[in-house]
Amino acid sequence: MAPPAQSQRSPSPSQPSGKSEVTDLKTQLRQLAGSRAPGVDDSKRELFKKVISYMTIGIDVSSLFGEMVMCSATSDIVLKKMCYLYVGNYAKGNPELALLTINFLQRDCKDEDPMIRGLALRSLSSLRVENLVEYLVGPLGSGLKDNNSYVRMVAVMGVLKLYHISAATCVDADFPATLKHLMLHDPDTQVVANCLSALQEIWSSEASTSEEASREKETLISKPVIFYLLNRIKEFSEWAQCLLLELVAKYVPADSNEIFDIMNLLEDRLQHANGAVVLATIKVFLQLTLSMADVHQEVYERIKAPLLTLVSSGSPEQSYAVLSHLHLLVLRAPYIFSSDYKHFYCQYNEPSYVKKLKLEMLTAVANETNTYEIVTELCEYAANVDIPIARESIRAVGKIALQQYDVNAIVDRLLQFLEMEKDYVTAEALVLVKDLLRKYPQWSHDCIAVVGNISSKNVQEPKAKAALIWMLGEYSQDMNDAPYILEGLTENWDDEHSAEVRLHLLTAVMKCFFKRPPETQKALGAALAAGLADFHQDVHDRALFYYRLLQYNVSIAERVVNPPKQPVSVFADTHSSEIKDRIFDEFNSLSVVYQKPSYMFTDKEHRGPFEFSDELGNLSIGAEATNDVVRANRVEANDQDLLLSTSEKEESRGASNNGSAYSAPLYDASSVSAAASQAQSDSLISNLEVAGPQASFAIDDLLGLGLPAAPAPPPLKLNSRAVLDPATFQQKWRQLPISVSQEHSLNPQGVAALTAPQALLRHMQSHSIQCIASGGQSPNFKFFFFAQKAEESSIYLVECKINTSSAKAQITIKVDDQNTSQEFSTLFLSALSKFGFP
Amino acid sequence: MISQFFVLSQRGDNIVFRDYRGEVPKGSAEIFFRKVKFWKEDGQEEAPPVFNVDGVNYFHVKVVGLLFVATTRVNVSPSLVLELLQRIARVIKDYLGILNEDSLRKNFVLVYELLDEVIDFGYVQTTSTELLKSYVFNEPIVVDAGRLQPLNPAAIFMQGTKRMPGTAVTKSVVANEPGGRKREEIFVDIIEKISVTFSSSGYILTSEIDGTIQMKSYLTGNPEIRLALNEDLSIGRGSGRSVYDYRSSYGSGAVILDDCNFHESVRLDSFDLDRTLTLVPPDGEFPVMNYRLTQEFKPPFRINTLIEEAGAVKAEVILKISAEFPSSITANTIAVQMPLPKYTTRATFELEPGAIGQTTDFKEANKRLEWGLKKIVGGSEHTLRAKLTFSQELHGNITKEAGPVSMTFTIPMYNASRLQVKYLQIAKKSNTYNPYRWVRYVTQANSYVARI
Repeated sequence: MAPPAQSQRSPSPSQPSGKSEVTDLKTQLRQLAGSRAPGVDDSKRELFKKVISYMTIGIDVSSLFGEMVMCSATSDIVLKKMCYLYVGNYAKGNPELALLTINFLQRDCKDEDPMIRGLALRSLSSLRVENLVEYLVGPLGSGLKDNNSYVRMVAVMGVLKLYHISAATCVDADFPATLKHLMLHDPDTQVVANCLSALQEIWSSEASTSEEASREKETLISKPVIFYLLNRIKEFSEWAQCLLLELVAKYVPADSNEIFDIMNLLEDRLQHANGAVVLATIKVFLQLTLSMADVHQEVYERIKAPLLTLVSSGSPEQSYAVLSHLHLLVLRAPYIFSSDYKHFYCQYNEPSYVKKLKLEMLTAVANETNTYEIVTELCEYAANVDIPIARESIRAVGKIALQQYDVNAIVDRLLQFLEMEKDYVTAEALVLVKDLLRKYPQWSHDCIAVVGNISSKNVQEPKAKAALIWMLGEYSQDMNDAPYILEGLTENWDDEHSAEVRLHLLTAVMKCFFKRPPETQKALGAALAAGLADFHQDVHDRALFYYRLLQYNVSIAERVVNPPKQPVSVFADTHSSEIKDRIFDEFNSLSVVYQKPSYMFTDKEHRGPFEFSDELGNLSIGAEATNDVVRANRVEANDQDLLLSTSEKEESRGASNNGSAYSAPLYDASSVSAAASQAQSDSLISNLEVAGPQASFAIDDLLGLGLPAAPAPPPLKLNSRAVLDPATFQQKWRQLPISVSQEHSLNPQGVAALTAPQALLRHMQSHSIQCIASGGQSPNFKFFFFAQKAEESSIYLVECKINTSSAKAQITIKVDDQNTSQEFSTLFLSALSKFGFP
Repeated sequence: MISQFFVLSQRGDNIVFRDYRGEVPKGSAEIFFRKVKFWKEDGQEEAPPVFNVDGVNYFHVKVVGLLFVATTRVNVSPSLVLELLQRIARVIKDYLGILNEDSLRKNFVLVYELLDEVIDFGYVQTTSTELLKSYVFNEPIVVDAGRLQPLNPAAIFMQGTKRMPGTAVTKSVVANEPGGRKREEIFVDIIEKISVTFSSSGYILTSEIDGTIQMKSYLTGNPEIRLALNEDLSIGRGSGRSVYDYRSSYGSGAVILDDCNFHESVRLDSFDLDRTLTLVPPDGEFPVMNYRLTQEFKPPFRINTLIEEAGAVKAEVILKISAEFPSSITANTIAVQMPLPKYTTRATFELEPGAIGQTTDFKEANKRLEWGLKKIVGGSEHTLRAKLTFSQELHGNITKEAGPVSMTFTIPMYNASRLQVKYLQIAKKSNTYNPYRWVRYVTQANSYVARI
């Protein structure tokens, strides 16, 4: 029977929903279902193909479920496969119908052909229907014991699928233990690799509720497992090697011999043609050598050539992924790559996302020896037809100028940009010249001569216009017609759409007025009047402020508006060093490509293999975010691109460091992180106050407020000046088993006091419990604390999650010395319960 | 670990769609396509291969105009996923012989079959064409190679040159020849992409060769193969100093690679001794070795550009291309491009007398001069004169507003690095066993630019 001609057209979404076609298919499938005529399989194949092609383009063919199942009684393996594909796609939405398939799938699971057994088992476990899991356990169990490796491979993934449908069924059947056994004993490496993937997923998700699972998860990165797998690594497929290397990167070797053994074993992986294998190997090398400065540097030298080769071979997409990683390394250790700068030159046919990375790399590696050539190259790009890249190139020149001591030649180039008479070039160059002058006021003479020639009419972009106006105000004594240009600009006040420009204009007119009062008086009057009438709140407020200030006292106004300036020495970095370190910890992941730590783009349960470091990372955010808000406010009020003076910068860094800094020492392993020392000094201060809160607590208690009585502190003494660097903390947290895990109710005072993480930090410090990382926002807070037993090295680690809306604290404690875990737990809880009392 | 895999046509239609884990909402293909299509409003920037929308990470690679896409919510290794997508495309091509929209649509059931074995629950199981053979049962439906878009540089062997069998690279690893029996043959292609930047005065500023030795074997029984390279080949230039050291060894004949990597099937037991690679080639196409060289080499083309002002609103551009390779070799599909000043309104061209197979064009929209040449014989020279008319008077330097000149070309049977396959030895099964061996060289321009 000939199918309707119409449906032979190649399908495309522009076609209608295909209702009539589906009905047609239904009738035809019915007719074939019972038929045993010769050639019936071929007709079925054609029909099945059609069904699947509809499925692909999104037409709902689930109404054919019954007919498809009826037709599936066949020995034709191609038909079977198509049927499995169909069933897997629609079973979830049709649980009752899915039951129909169980029978024939179970029968196929016992087929004598291992291929059919495997396929059936895969389909059976892909049904994703919860009330059918009982039918799955039996076949999976025998699949794991099958003598054919294909079936075992499928069965292992089946176990993971079962876990996602019904975790309890999976655990009750003791499948994880079976997988662990297989992982360590199966001769087939793909079975082993699948076991590893499955166990990582299962135990990571179980670990939050089960101590045993979190211990099992730790054993995956124990020495016996790691070495067993490493010794077989060359038998694994390239993809499984990646999986394995990712695991090895988390392993903490006992001594340097182990480190060198692993590195020697993996050395030839750096010559693999698969970039994923090479990057995974590099991650292992970088992680292993973090604490060995000189070897770490050798690693950089060693990986340079393979990375460059990967960048230039393969598709543009693959080379982009590698280049992102190279970018990260270059920014971390620019001097190692400074002689390779020519590799970072842009090619005209590269996509702009590649060019942008390269420009940043060129900026980073510029030093005394190569700056001239790099800047020459960048100037070529400034004339580029690709305007966004031309702009980036000019900015790059500016950045290099700001980081160099010998800026002579660069300033000349920048000034040439101003003469190129291309709008966007002039705009970018103006912004740069402004920044440059803030750092090197000595160049003002040369720059002002050129800037003075630029007509403000040719500058339209707000940022550039603001920069020009800033210079007019700042250097009005050197520019003859500054007052008149400003006056002209003030006259066109209403045509100026950007509030930023109007703000700058107000300030510039003020500055000019202080230097050349008679010439500027008119412009000032006009500007203040226009500003006071401005609809923009900030402009209005600033105008009013200036007006009152002038009214009050002109010389004080000058001291406020135009004080003598310190040259700016350092740029405020866009990324804090904690964020950069976090990204480095997540090497060979999307974090590197996005240039963001994973907590910024992924929900908790999907962070994959970087779980722990993420928890810490998440925490540093709290402080980071507030810092950003503050900065944003400042920007609103003042310059868009704020250059902070050194002292200012240190201040803000100190603030964001509060208790959470993680400056992983790159080439300086011995340096104790700033945070730790800060915590130390803080604890000194708070120790002085210890008597305070305790005393007042006693008074509260006397007043009989009916509060839950805090348990009396046990005789465990803690070292009030305990110090622990974050890396050690992470390591210990990974290694140690959970000693105590419990939920604790908070008293209402504590909840009320916990408006920001910092409050609790100080409180716990007063009890000699230090915070290493904290974060979150109301109602969810999270803290990592540590403490050290007085006069002993024994360390206590605590993870404390607080939900203020439910007034509950979830506490997990890990300790070196198990004997004192209970005492410490009591002490910790008693300290916590006192939180919030004045 | 990935959640979904799909292939979209240029218009954004789903050709293949496979959801492995059900974690990403259904409309992901549309979300992806819209994002890629409208990455930036001005359309000037193309979407990066990896991006995140609402917590879902989208990876894509472009192969013959098709988009191969994977999605996941997990923070995975980007190079793993991109490498995987590329590999899936290669496996499909191994099976279908030709990879394009048409062949994919005709064979989508086979492709689903492959995808089920390549990935299970988001985890890669195998991408080896060899291993997959035992799990895959659909026969490929072969499409007409006539309208073939070239997939890779080796595809140029199918055009023109009679020494090459036309169907070789488009043959499926599973389909039989029309005659019913398979032809025993093996292809080794040395493909080099060269990048050169000339300064305005003609000096070489940077140069690099990125090469691949690509193999495709149709030998039954997987015999062992030995591939001998130049004996004087050395790897790794002194680290620490600049790799761009032109004083080194040009002309001495030695080939010095900066670095290289190898396919996992390659054994290097005797590589240090006699520069021989030993391998048992798996089925399908794969790179035996990738290499990179910054050693100085003779660029195949010299480009001379002269711009002369001819009055207030006129100028003349003279472009001269000289082919500096032996006359026994012919380059083909040459294209020369040069951005002209933004205020150019008209360009008239004058080719040398007797020029054949040359085309010229002025692209009004992006103000670009285009010059195409079908072929250039080694040792010859070609010149183009273009008269430009401007909409405004010239002031300042016209060379700052135009250029650089860029060039693309393909030169068969030529390789700039002088890396050679000295011999290709196949472990003999019997005296009569003598399969066809094809060793082919080709050089292509990657980024070939002359500043003015």
